[in-house]
Amino acid sequence: MTKEKILERIFLLIALSSISILGLIAFFIFVEGVPLIWKTGVRTFLMGERWFPSQGSFGIFPMIMGSFLVTLGALIVGVPLGVGCAVFLCELTPPAFAVAIRPMIQLLAAIPSVIFGFWGLIVLVPMIRVHLGGPGLSVLAGSLVLGIMILPTIISISEDALRALPRTFKEGALSLGATHWQTIWRVLLPAARSGIVSSIILGMGRAIGETMAMIMILGNAVQMPHSLLDSTRTLTTNIGIEMGYATGDHRQALFATGVVLFFIIMGLNSLALVVSRKGRS
Amino acid sequence: MLISRYHTQTAAKSIIWVGAFGTLAMMVWILWEVLREGIPLLRLEFFLDSPRQMGRTGGIFSTIVGTMVLTVVAVLIATPLGVGTAIYLREYTRESKISRMIRFGTDCLAGVPSIIFGLFGFVFFVIFMGLGWSILSGGLTMATMILPTIICTAEEAIKAIPNSYREVSFALGGSRWQTIAKVILPNAIPGIFTGVLLGVGRSVGETAAIILTSGSSFLMPTSLFSPVRTMSIHFYMLAREGISMEMAYATGAALILLILVINSIANWLLHRYVRKLEGKGHA
Repeated sequence: MTKEKILERIFLLIALSSISILGLIAFFIFVEGVPLIWKTGVRTFLMGERWFPSQGSFGIFPMIMGSFLVTLGALIVGVPLGVGCAVFLCELTPPAFAVAIRPMIQLLAAIPSVIFGFWGLIVLVPMIRVHLGGPGLSVLAGSLVLGIMILPTIISISEDALRALPRTFKEGALSLGATHWQTIWRVLLPAARSGIVSSIILGMGRAIGETMAMIMILGNAVQMPHSLLDSTRTLTTNIGIEMGYATGDHRQALFATGVVLFFIIMGLNSLALVVSRKGRS
Repeated sequence: MLISRYHTQTAAKSIIWVGAFGTLAMMVWILWEVLREGIPLLRLEFFLDSPRQMGRTGGIFSTIVGTMVLTVVAVLIATPLGVGTAIYLREYTRESKISRMIRFGTDCLAGVPSIIFGLFGFVFFVIFMGLGWSILSGGLTMATMILPTIICTAEEAIKAIPNSYREVSFALGGSRWQTIAKVILPNAIPGIFTGVLLGVGRSVGETAAIILTSGSSFLMPTSLFSPVRTMSIHFYMLAREGISMEMAYATGAALILLILVINSIANWLLHRYVRKLEGKGHA
């Protein structure tokens, strides 16, 4: 074999590293978590409402609902703001200004999640406690903070989708007498639909996966939340809080929670991929 | 009376302006809230003294050292893997089954939540490989996390190099490897460095993955096998366990300033690089 051929093989091996890491992650988490799911029973594990690790009852339904509610809340806050910001950057502001704003949005993506959590804890939580009642550590606080945290994902991918549209779309609509806003609302946004939808799905993935900020502001009670002001616990925070001291079955149950989370995230990623590929073809 | 479409337009545009500026204002508010209280507490002793009494007094020196060493480990491992992957994707293969598979793997890895990386690092590095709660376990876990970022930026950097560069090298009789080593890599370095800096920023700010793999001892690390506490973990512990709000503000401010510096350098480099390549492309 020539030197060139050998080098090509080496690069191929390196290039397979990311996919092998993904495989390793799946393998090790499944090996730790899946036996417990079988032992408890898939139905009891996923739909059970009792989480008492010391008594050996592991039901994660309250956490699934917690993750679902907080994520839904985050989307309600984040999607209009994020898509709005993307439209703002593409259509409403002069390019020079957009160039100045874009690094700030990248900065928003770079702020550590503990800082968001801290801000939620010292600003939002007391505000909610004083004005709306309840413990303050709540679904509402979590949704608001997560809504801001997923903005960079939604803004940057939606903006790319809007920018990728051919100029003729806009020119055509304007020359038919549509106002600028009608063009945005009736032509540009629908045409960029697939990119925007995949940005929302990826934002959703980020929201479901967020841990530290949520530990700091959700209050972490294992209960079915009945109102926006109730404290709750998500799949991620369940792992983050209890991993420090869990042993035996309890630890395996946390890995099993990880398995559920892994499936949800992989599902969302694949969905985002399918949606964006459909848009391209 | 019908609302004219021009009124709708004015209303819609105003709402978007308010939303966009609201978003920027929120970001400034979040940073300002921590910086306002924290910056006055940042004195030289705070940076040069290690935490005392669980972090009630003293400074953050050992956590700064821990953050730095852990980040260096992560970057040293992730950079060759990431750049190698990008080279393979751009220089050795065009769209093929393998390259699509690698891209899919990278996209998925980028979407995996940090707590899952933490669980993985815990069973794989801490227990299975027997590295214990250590800088090495944390650094290796972080390396797997920042790999997608480095692959993506390195690929962009390599993609941005005009094809004429490759053609000239091949025309002069350069082999594929010579072209990569002497033409592609030297020109892509600023772009690659941007990705590395983004990775640095991520490891500095990461908590969930590191807390499960590095322990949280705030003693001065003595080797790669020492348990360690990074600045963000220290900040989290101080704030969540209510050990000292004053120290939490100060550590948070230091953390934000560090992230701001890293991000500004990355941005500046990227702009310079893009401009340079565009200039050359036209010439």
